[in-house]
Amino acid sequence: MADFTNSFWNWFIIVGTVGGIIAMFWLNRWMTGPKRRADEKAKPTGHVWDENLQELNNPLPRWWLNMFYVTLFFGAGYLVLYPGLGSFAGMLGWSQVDQYNREVAAVDKQVGPMYERYLGEPLVQLAQNREALKTGERLFITYCTGCHGSDARGGPGYPNLRDNDWLWGGEPEQIKASIMQGRNGVMPPWGAALGGAEGVRQTAEYVLSLSGRRADPAAVEAGKAKYQQICVACHGPEGKGNVALGAPNLTDNVWLYGASLKVVEESIDKGRSGRMPAHAEFLGEAKAHLLAAYVYSLSHQATASAKGGP
Amino acid sequence: MNAQATTYNEKVVRQFAVMTVIWGIVGMLVGVFIAAQMAWPFLNFDIPWLTFSRLRPLHTNAVIFAFGGSALFATSYYVVQRTCHTRLFSDGLAAFTFWGWQAIIVLAAVTLPLGITSSKEYAELEWPIDLLITVVWVAYAVVFFGTLIKRKVQHIYVANWFYGAFILTIAVLHVFNNLEIPVSLTKSYSVYAGVQDAMVQWWYGHNAVGFFLTAGFLGIMYYFIPKQAERPVYSYRLSVVHFWALAFTYIWAGPHHLHYTALPDWTQSLGMVFSLILLAPSWGGMINGIMTLSGAWQKLRTDPILKFLIVSVSFYGMSTFEGPMMSIKTVNALSHYTDWTIGHVHSGALGWVGMISIGAMYFLIPRLFNRKIYSTRLIEAHFWIATIGIVLYISAMWIAGVMQGLMWRAVNADGTLTYSFVESVQAMHPFYIVRFLGGVFYLVGMLIMAYNVWRTIWGAKPVEAAIPAPAAAH
Repeated sequence: MADFTNSFWNWFIIVGTVGGIIAMFWLNRWMTGPKRRADEKAKPTGHVWDENLQELNNPLPRWWLNMFYVTLFFGAGYLVLYPGLGSFAGMLGWSQVDQYNREVAAVDKQVGPMYERYLGEPLVQLAQNREALKTGERLFITYCTGCHGSDARGGPGYPNLRDNDWLWGGEPEQIKASIMQGRNGVMPPWGAALGGAEGVRQTAEYVLSLSGRRADPAAVEAGKAKYQQICVACHGPEGKGNVALGAPNLTDNVWLYGASLKVVEESIDKGRSGRMPAHAEFLGEAKAHLLAAYVYSLSHQATASAKGGP
Repeated sequence: MNAQATTYNEKVVRQFAVMTVIWGIVGMLVGVFIAAQMAWPFLNFDIPWLTFSRLRPLHTNAVIFAFGGSALFATSYYVVQRTCHTRLFSDGLAAFTFWGWQAIIVLAAVTLPLGITSSKEYAELEWPIDLLITVVWVAYAVVFFGTLIKRKVQHIYVANWFYGAFILTIAVLHVFNNLEIPVSLTKSYSVYAGVQDAMVQWWYGHNAVGFFLTAGFLGIMYYFIPKQAERPVYSYRLSVVHFWALAFTYIWAGPHHLHYTALPDWTQSLGMVFSLILLAPSWGGMINGIMTLSGAWQKLRTDPILKFLIVSVSFYGMSTFEGPMMSIKTVNALSHYTDWTIGHVHSGALGWVGMISIGAMYFLIPRLFNRKIYSTRLIEAHFWIATIGIVLYISAMWIAGVMQGLMWRAVNADGTLTYSFVESVQAMHPFYIVRFLGGVFYLVGMLIMAYNVWRTIWGAKPVEAAIPAPAAAH
């Protein structure tokens, strides 16, 4: 039994538990004492403390004693049926992991077909099916809001899913792949390579200028040279990014970690590590398919409501 | 014979009694404030040391260890002297426990808002303070057991069994749960890891409830109820059975805090089984407290101190019924992680621990200062205001907790959750406000008490009480 380093501890638990229950049973029997006549009054024990503190010696109340016995017998019975006495697994062979697996299997059996029938439908079409979207929204609320927010507008470090701006591509199948396999967006730290704070600032000024933001012209000029040397590899010569790498488009004034010069400097200096966990194993393809359709619909609502639905 | 040998040491009892009232107000004020933050989060003010996460441990430490702890020190020093007919073992060590305990409380009040924490619930204080607690606690044990050893009566009174069990067990729990490796003056890491760490933490955590907040306060009950009611304790043999059964069983109950987690199944089962068995030993204490009043029930109508004591024991009975029920796995699956737990804890904390401490202080303080209480009507008012506060608090948390649990588990026909987490938070809002109001009531009661106590003791010149000769054995 993996829980015990050797059989001594197994017996330590068993003897302590069974011995304890027997000891309490015995204590009750011992203290129950002889029966009293109904009219007999309880006598004091004869001890007096602090001038007037005394004790009567009433018998243990019968109902209380019976309640005590019931809990002792229940406890003993429970430990015969369920795990408890060291490595003895209990006669029912119950375990919480089995219980969990059984419950999950029962629910999957019941609701599985509801999801399976959507699996054959193309995502674009599914994104116009109101009934499917309703379930998709519920899945989203359960599994996605923790990071992407209950309004799906994300937050610093967590992409907004309504703005039709995509780090890893906005085609339905690309969204589905993001959900199924997850994504790892890595921006390496460039502070040292850019020559410290000043180099970082110049690069950041240039990056801001790409989306038409006002920036210090001298710094932009210096930053541009650095950009073409280092950043170009992932973000491209024009700063349009690269969906294959999850490298953000720097020209659209949409910012994952924040729009200020300070935050952009921080991203360049220290790097970023964005992680979307893989859900294929956890949710299964059918639910991921439905979620992808729902997420797609968030930025394609105009078409969805114009064309579709009952 | 010198005066030392013929009188009780009441100075240290007075000090702890007064601090019980003061720390009660401080701890409950912090509690009311964080209850308000739950209802209106802007009250965090974006100031780190005012945030809920830092003030919540301050609240729990202040009410448990500062308020409850001072009440336990005060009453145990008073009771052990009176029932042993002898002065405390050492006045110097007793004074050390007072100043040491106050220093610990002040250190907690400074370090917790600063975010210095070992992050173990009810054991958040960092290692230097843990060491100080250990030293003070050993001194406490020496004073208490030293006094017990030089007692002038042969039989040890039942209240002292409970105080003794509380002192011994808390020493063991505190030391083993706080085994940690310091990395700096203000940071340490537990020697336990993973599920072992969780298990040791809840072995400690539940027995902080079982021995600090139960056994210790049963000691209070066994002295102050028979004294105030002027009736003998109902049943000696019941006290024997429930003492040993309680002390034995509580130690096993911790795993019920970790149902359906990585804790092995067998450990969870043992925690549940012994939590259920704990029902009868707990109720043994309740029966002995309430039945002590038999033959003197009419006193409940006129004596507000007795009202505090008896209603306290009733709340004790209620919480110790609720606890075993919540430890059953299927019930726990609903109640765990919800505010039902908070309601359960507060029916014990405000109802049982709070009210018995308040009742004992109303008994003690006039006697310690040789004064009559300034106003019995204010005690009566305190009693009713506190009771209303408790009812508001716990019913709000019961409803909210059960609702929360039901919302979390509600599923649609397609297998998805019916409610998002934030919807359950929104649904809690009105109940958070009611809970806050309940806390305000309870706090107002304490302020009334402070006024009453202040008017009672102001300018008093206490005289140390002479030790009477023990009654001859019958």
